[in-house]
Amino acid sequence: MSRHTLSVLVEDKPGVLTRVASLFARRAFNINSLAVGPTEVPGMSRMTVVVDADGDLIEQVTKQLNKLVNVIKIVELTSESSVQRDHILVKVRADAATRLQVTQAADLFRASVVDVSTDSVVIEATGHPEKLTALLSVLEPFGIREIVQSGTLAVGRGSRSMSDRALRSA
Amino acid sequence: MSKGSPISPSLMATKSAGAPKAPERADRTAETAVGVDTAATASPVLGPNNVVPPTVMTGSQAIVRSLEELGVDDIFGLPGGAILPTYDPLMASKMNHVLVRHEQGAGHAAQGYAMVTGRVGVCIATSGPGATNLVTAIMDAHMDSVPLVAITGQVSSGVIGTDAFQEADIVGITMPITKHSFLVTDPNDIPHVMAEAFHLASTGRPGPVLVDVAKDAQQGQMTFSWPPKIDLPGYRPVVRGHNKQVREAAKLIAAASKPVLYVGGGVVKAHAAAELRELAEITGAPVVTTLMARGVFPDSHPQHVGMPGMHGTVSAVTALQQSDLLITLGARFDDRVTGILKTFAPNAKVIHADIDPAEISKNRTADVPIVGSVKEIIPELTEAVRTQFASAGTPDLTSWWAFLNNLKETYPLGWTEPEDGLSAPQRVIERIGALTGPEGIYVAGVGQHQMWAAQFIKYERPHAWLNSGGAGTMGYAVPAAMGAKVGEPDRVVWAIDGDGCFQMTNQELATCAINNIPIKVAVINNSSLGMVRQWQTLFYEGRYSNTDLNTGHDTVRIPDFVKLGEAYGCASFRCERDEDIDATIQKALEINDRPVVIDFVVSPNSMVWPMVPAGVSNDQIQVARNMTPEWEEED
Repeated sequence: MSRHTLSVLVEDKPGVLTRVASLFARRAFNINSLAVGPTEVPGMSRMTVVVDADGDLIEQVTKQLNKLVNVIKIVELTSESSVQRDHILVKVRADAATRLQVTQAADLFRASVVDVSTDSVVIEATGHPEKLTALLSVLEPFGIREIVQSGTLAVGRGSRSMSDRALRSA
Repeated sequence: MSKGSPISPSLMATKSAGAPKAPERADRTAETAVGVDTAATASPVLGPNNVVPPTVMTGSQAIVRSLEELGVDDIFGLPGGAILPTYDPLMASKMNHVLVRHEQGAGHAAQGYAMVTGRVGVCIATSGPGATNLVTAIMDAHMDSVPLVAITGQVSSGVIGTDAFQEADIVGITMPITKHSFLVTDPNDIPHVMAEAFHLASTGRPGPVLVDVAKDAQQGQMTFSWPPKIDLPGYRPVVRGHNKQVREAAKLIAAASKPVLYVGGGVVKAHAAAELRELAEITGAPVVTTLMARGVFPDSHPQHVGMPGMHGTVSAVTALQQSDLLITLGARFDDRVTGILKTFAPNAKVIHADIDPAEISKNRTADVPIVGSVKEIIPELTEAVRTQFASAGTPDLTSWWAFLNNLKETYPLGWTEPEDGLSAPQRVIERIGALTGPEGIYVAGVGQHQMWAAQFIKYERPHAWLNSGGAGTMGYAVPAAMGAKVGEPDRVVWAIDGDGCFQMTNQELATCAINNIPIKVAVINNSSLGMVRQWQTLFYEGRYSNTDLNTGHDTVRIPDFVKLGEAYGCASFRCERDEDIDATIQKALEINDRPVVIDFVVSPNSMVWPMVPAGVSNDQIQVARNMTPEWEEED
């Protein structure tokens, strides 16, 4: 199985997320992550769905998603042709003795400290999933208290716009 | 994202570390770019598109008015609290509302109506249990691609989500089994939602659409105007096939020596029987018609080799297995047709034409996929084949036909007489078909009688054979026959039912009797859940666990189907001997002022043959118990 990133342009209507999510469950496809938010076009949302599936199955996933009436367009974004980012907030144990080491580690990953208390810091980082995994392994020895992570966001490289093209063909 | 869309935690789990592989592009535009706009010229709003200037009315009046403007003539339903506002203006409408006895009956009736007329079937129910009683019919319509619009009342929008009386999240419940669904909480949305629902149900791959209308949206004031604007930016069914693919298909046909036209229910739905016949006669290829396609190609045509699948004819099953080219039209490689998929038609290339791109290469990879309506694809393919044959020559199918004709002669459909002295169910069904003729409509339940009705009635035209194919819904026959009779009142409509199926939905006989819908019901009474019993005979050493229904010969006869039919105001007969079969059928055919119920008492030991046992290759087809045809007689 390989990992695929699908950008799914949908109508911003009630229940759309349920329709997409339940389709994955019912057809026995695995969602690795899912992120959703508004776009530059009013009434349109964009989902980034990361799925683990082999080639035939991803084609079937895409076709089934396309059958959903609220789904406007689907594009698969490869890692070469797109920018893909995860966002993470990590609460790490850090007292006066270790705080400097923790913040230095965060600096190395161009992560920032967004909250400090006497015995912890919250670090915010953005990056490719592998970079965030590396950050976590560096922070792990200090003691990770909490992790909150977004689904992957992805956008194609270059000037072309997915929603722009979708609107023209609609 | 809007309200109320939680992600199930189970969906977010399972991170697996798969090896990254170069992914393929999966872009909708790349695949479906051709022919997207062909249907855009005609109005997507069904009906005569009368212009109605803005008029103030209630939401419920708008529902009824929208149905009228959409050209609806007949509706099947049953009222209740949350749909009461809509039933009031319905009383004044010229539309015919048939009051059913159970909402499932309304759903199946709307299906039967849609299947014989090609129009959208409409059913109405109230919220909660009324709506959930429609679920089986909606699922059935989803599996068999039947154009159906189900309208349900919902509790008032202010109390949605509070577990109010008769509240059920029917949009959520039916999400996996509808083509699309709407929850209406603003009465001003009603006209465009209704038009969109009918457009979705009837175009592309047809299917069920649910419109759930909150009670306050029915009661509230709105401004009605017609036609409304249909706004479905994500819905663009492809109608025209890709020219290049059609030419590729023609090349394969010209090069094939063992082609088969594998024809499914999509050809019936597309009303493409005439087009199919022309293609078949140009190519000279054998035609198999699936359970959903019976009649779309005449059984009497010399090129028809039968129904494929688990209970198909030896000639049809073998034609597919030995083929070198499957010309697949509106069929979906269902497991009941293919048997074990990897052993199905192992040497065949596949042309697959279907309006639903998701069906193509879902089960069997297509060498030449053609997305579009078979109504448009088949004539184009016929033209391309004609051109191809003109330049490359007409392929010689003589030895292929010699092989298939030999199979047809050696293994015709038939039955062995039961040893218990009771009538053979196959004979009863065969006689019903013979005495009624191809202009009749035959509606089956699910089980042995369904297979016999598919095998032993001779179908010469499409829309004459209705059954629950994909879903296998016991209880389909009586209400679906009722709907078919409403849609085609001048035709003789037979429900060929089993004693098990009949007991699931026979309350609609009251609807038929009271509303003058004179269907004829043949209960093929073998006193058991026959198909399950057959499997118990074959695969469970004859241990008949919970399949005896005590309705037949030498039992307590509970219920007595003759008395039951009479109680429902139907002419009712019992037929227990071979010599009475024809006379009883004739008597039923002469009665047209009320429904007829015939209790045909038949042997419980008759089995459906041929049969491909579940989980084996189609090559293991048995013409009778433990009897596999000789394959070495190819000449």
